[in-house]
Amino acid sequence: MTTTDEITLDIDGKSVTVPAGTTLLEAAKQIGEDTPTICFHEATTANAICRICVVEVEGQRVLQPACIVEAVADMQVQTRSEKVIRSRKSILEMLASSVDLSEAPEIQTLMDDYDASAERFPDAQRRNIEIKDDNPMYIRDYDKCVLCWRCVQVCADDAQFTYAINFSGRGYETEIGTFFDQTIPASSCVFCGQCVAVCPTGALKPKREMFIQQGISPEDITVMSSGRKKRKKRT
Amino acid sequence: MIKTDRVVSTTCPYCGVGCNLQLHVKDDYIFKVTSPFDSVVNQGNLCVKGRFGYDYIYHPKRVTTPLIRKTLQKAGERTQAFDRDEWRDVTWDEALDMIADRMVEIYQRDGSKAMSVYCCAKATNEENYLMQKMYRTLFRTNNVDHCTRLCHAGSVVALQQALGSSAMSNTSSEVIHNDVFMVVGSNTSDNHPIIALQMKAAIKKYGAKMIVIDPRRIEMVDFAEMWLPLKPGTNVPLLSAMAHVIVKEELGDLEFVKNRTEGYDDYVESLEKFTPEYAEEISGVPADDIRKAARLYAKAENAAIYWGMGISQLSHGTASALALIHLAFLTGHIGREGTGLNPLRGQNNVQGASDMGAMPFHYPGYMLVTDEKNAQKWETAWNIEPGGLNRELGLTTTEILSHAHPGGIRSLFIMGENPMMSEPNLNETRKHMQQLEFIVSQDLFINESAAFADVFLPAAPFAEKDGTFTNTDRRVQRVRQAHAPRGDSRADWEIISDLAQRIESRLGRATAKWDYSNPEEIYAEMASVVPDFAGITYERIKDVGLQYPVWDKDHPGTPFLFAESFPRGRGKFTLLDYIPSVEPVDDEYPFILTTGRLLEHWHGGTMTRHSKLNELYPEARVDIHPADAEIHGISNGMAVRLSSRRGEIVLRATVTEKTTVGLVFLPWHFHEAAANLLTIDALDPQAKIPEFKVCAVQVFPARDEDLPNPDIVVERGRY
Repeated sequence: MTTTDEITLDIDGKSVTVPAGTTLLEAAKQIGEDTPTICFHEATTANAICRICVVEVEGQRVLQPACIVEAVADMQVQTRSEKVIRSRKSILEMLASSVDLSEAPEIQTLMDDYDASAERFPDAQRRNIEIKDDNPMYIRDYDKCVLCWRCVQVCADDAQFTYAINFSGRGYETEIGTFFDQTIPASSCVFCGQCVAVCPTGALKPKREMFIQQGISPEDITVMSSGRKKRKKRT
Repeated sequence: MIKTDRVVSTTCPYCGVGCNLQLHVKDDYIFKVTSPFDSVVNQGNLCVKGRFGYDYIYHPKRVTTPLIRKTLQKAGERTQAFDRDEWRDVTWDEALDMIADRMVEIYQRDGSKAMSVYCCAKATNEENYLMQKMYRTLFRTNNVDHCTRLCHAGSVVALQQALGSSAMSNTSSEVIHNDVFMVVGSNTSDNHPIIALQMKAAIKKYGAKMIVIDPRRIEMVDFAEMWLPLKPGTNVPLLSAMAHVIVKEELGDLEFVKNRTEGYDDYVESLEKFTPEYAEEISGVPADDIRKAARLYAKAENAAIYWGMGISQLSHGTASALALIHLAFLTGHIGREGTGLNPLRGQNNVQGASDMGAMPFHYPGYMLVTDEKNAQKWETAWNIEPGGLNRELGLTTTEILSHAHPGGIRSLFIMGENPMMSEPNLNETRKHMQQLEFIVSQDLFINESAAFADVFLPAAPFAEKDGTFTNTDRRVQRVRQAHAPRGDSRADWEIISDLAQRIESRLGRATAKWDYSNPEEIYAEMASVVPDFAGITYERIKDVGLQYPVWDKDHPGTPFLFAESFPRGRGKFTLLDYIPSVEPVDDEYPFILTTGRLLEHWHGGTMTRHSKLNELYPEARVDIHPADAEIHGISNGMAVRLSSRRGEIVLRATVTEKTTVGLVFLPWHFHEAAANLLTIDALDPQAKIPEFKVCAVQVFPARDEDLPNPDIVVERGRY
């Protein structure tokens, strides 16, 4: 089958024809169905990490992530079945139970759309990680990190080929970090800021934006910027 | 979350890639920069300078009021004044009237030959057009140049001679259509970071193969199929040996040679001596690698060549660029999508400033000043009496300063350039600057050159004005104001318009028109005379820039050049000889010094050293190979004294295999250890470009207390 072949499938009872290789996310868009996404970004490779885009496909035991599953002829897809809605709502509630989403407007909108409650898991352990402020350009506030992996991807083969950051830790302890927990300046980072640009939650933020948020005046920020790094005493 | 007042779409002010920026503004302060992911130029990617390097705009040392020196400066006794106490704050009227009076006095006394101007590859097209217009119409001089002379002049002259056009053939993102491409003398990942990303993607995702020709083991080598580490300054024998192999092994495209070029037979004869073994002896690159590289390039389906200063900044820069051009002619790797010759332009608008005639040999649109028809065309456009414009070639950047003496150049207007950092052999440059009778600096900061001026005019940076920049792949893009100029500073185009009117009325000339109400009017005036830009209007480039030539209002622009023919007709082969660099190494000065740039900094440092970028890389470092370091007792981070026949500096050494044995590398951004104190002022005979890439130096250990700032040390994993 070549990629120029066309495929017809059924989404929410409507017949849709798309080129082979089209994802369910794209196919649903054709009938005006805007599937929610968190980890998906137009500039990064889709990885189906967050599972918010799941849809129900007839004959499949579990819900399918629309961002990576490709359309197949005669597929029957439900984008808003009860199971789908319940799953999306739970994902949002779990995220809200442990992560600071105060600067993730898109996720907050989804919370409203899905009537998700941040209080559903009151006993959940919240992420409590000190803000990493180790360079002149941006800060890393991993309390706000939803581990969408976009920053890691743009640092690697989706843009920069620099490989300064990756996942570290396991399970609940998983965090984005540098190798051996080096500071950012000590890593291979080129400070392109692409990671900051794709961060959906404000976990990565330009320092100047942070200062303005803190009410520091532009004049004072500028004076701060003229500070110099002192040399460590050699032993 | 911050509620943004506005988001302004504009073009990056750093390198020639021309990345699209969105400036996020709150209370007249840019707090964040992003880039649209659907941008055709940079696909949402930026480098550290574009993303974070705009804070110089708000630096407390930025000058935002016109200044006049308190002490009258005399030719021969001129001094530098970095301290604001040595300057008097004045009104625009006082500053501009004083300039007009002094310049008209000098012009009326000594004539056109006494007047000169450095235009600015950072300023907009409109501003460069106006500046050369002012000097050509009012002072009737062609002593108009800018820093293109110091970067790609060798490439420009070679391309003009061989093809008749000096811009990049391709759109840089076309590199993904290459199966093979060569990167020659370009540290692309540091100097054109976004083009480097496109190259890396071409390799990792589209299967392209890259040949890197560079004396240093630059980052691109990590991605290369082959690396040819030539001795600096040996491009001509190395590239000619590749041509020799292509001819001998009959790998060329003889059909293309026959239909599109001239001078082939004589050229082939001249290649006889350039055997790979001969080239190995001179360049140090193994003959077999030269053969392999020649075969790889010649046998490719679609191959392109990208190059940087390693080709042009030599006393034989023109010949080096010609040697590259010949490879494309021989193989027909030009004139199709993805194939061509691509000098990567350094500055955001060096292409544009050249296009706008900010050069001593050309009016806008590369119309030779010596051609009677061109002069007449511009006399009509600028309302000048027939025969009024000067028909003689002007002086180039380096020549302007070397002619600073009584009977030669007496006054220099510097718009945004910094010759006291960027010229070779700075101790000599200093003497020339001191000889000038009157200097005006139009800049943001009192940099090393502005400190010599009589009058300082505070200009506006890119984010405070409107206009256009032309990037390295000939794309004319909009620059937009994010907030008003700070303090009393003004956009360069407004300053020039105002000053020109004051000079014109003192000279009593018929008006050439200066009363523009916006840059769009200036662009329209230029585009009505230069055919390449006839189809470009601000309305058409509102969202996406157009690649010139754009012949009329319906023309879609030109993504790649030379599909049918070359502007001069046939591509011309030139016979080349190997001419060694001017200063060979010897026992006294046993190392070759090559200069270049760093990712975090920009040229003379006027912008980036007044930015947080400086915290990322706060000191000059010289790269030295571990084998050389061991012999000379130098360890990583140690202070060393680096000297040439012209000067010496003290700085820390980085011991690294990024450089090769016998070669030291030095960035030229740092005034406290200025690389150009050491470089040689030998010039290419045709292009007049200085030989920044090769001179002889000596390295000795020094003491920490001899360092300009012993407390400051760069600590970065990348270096």
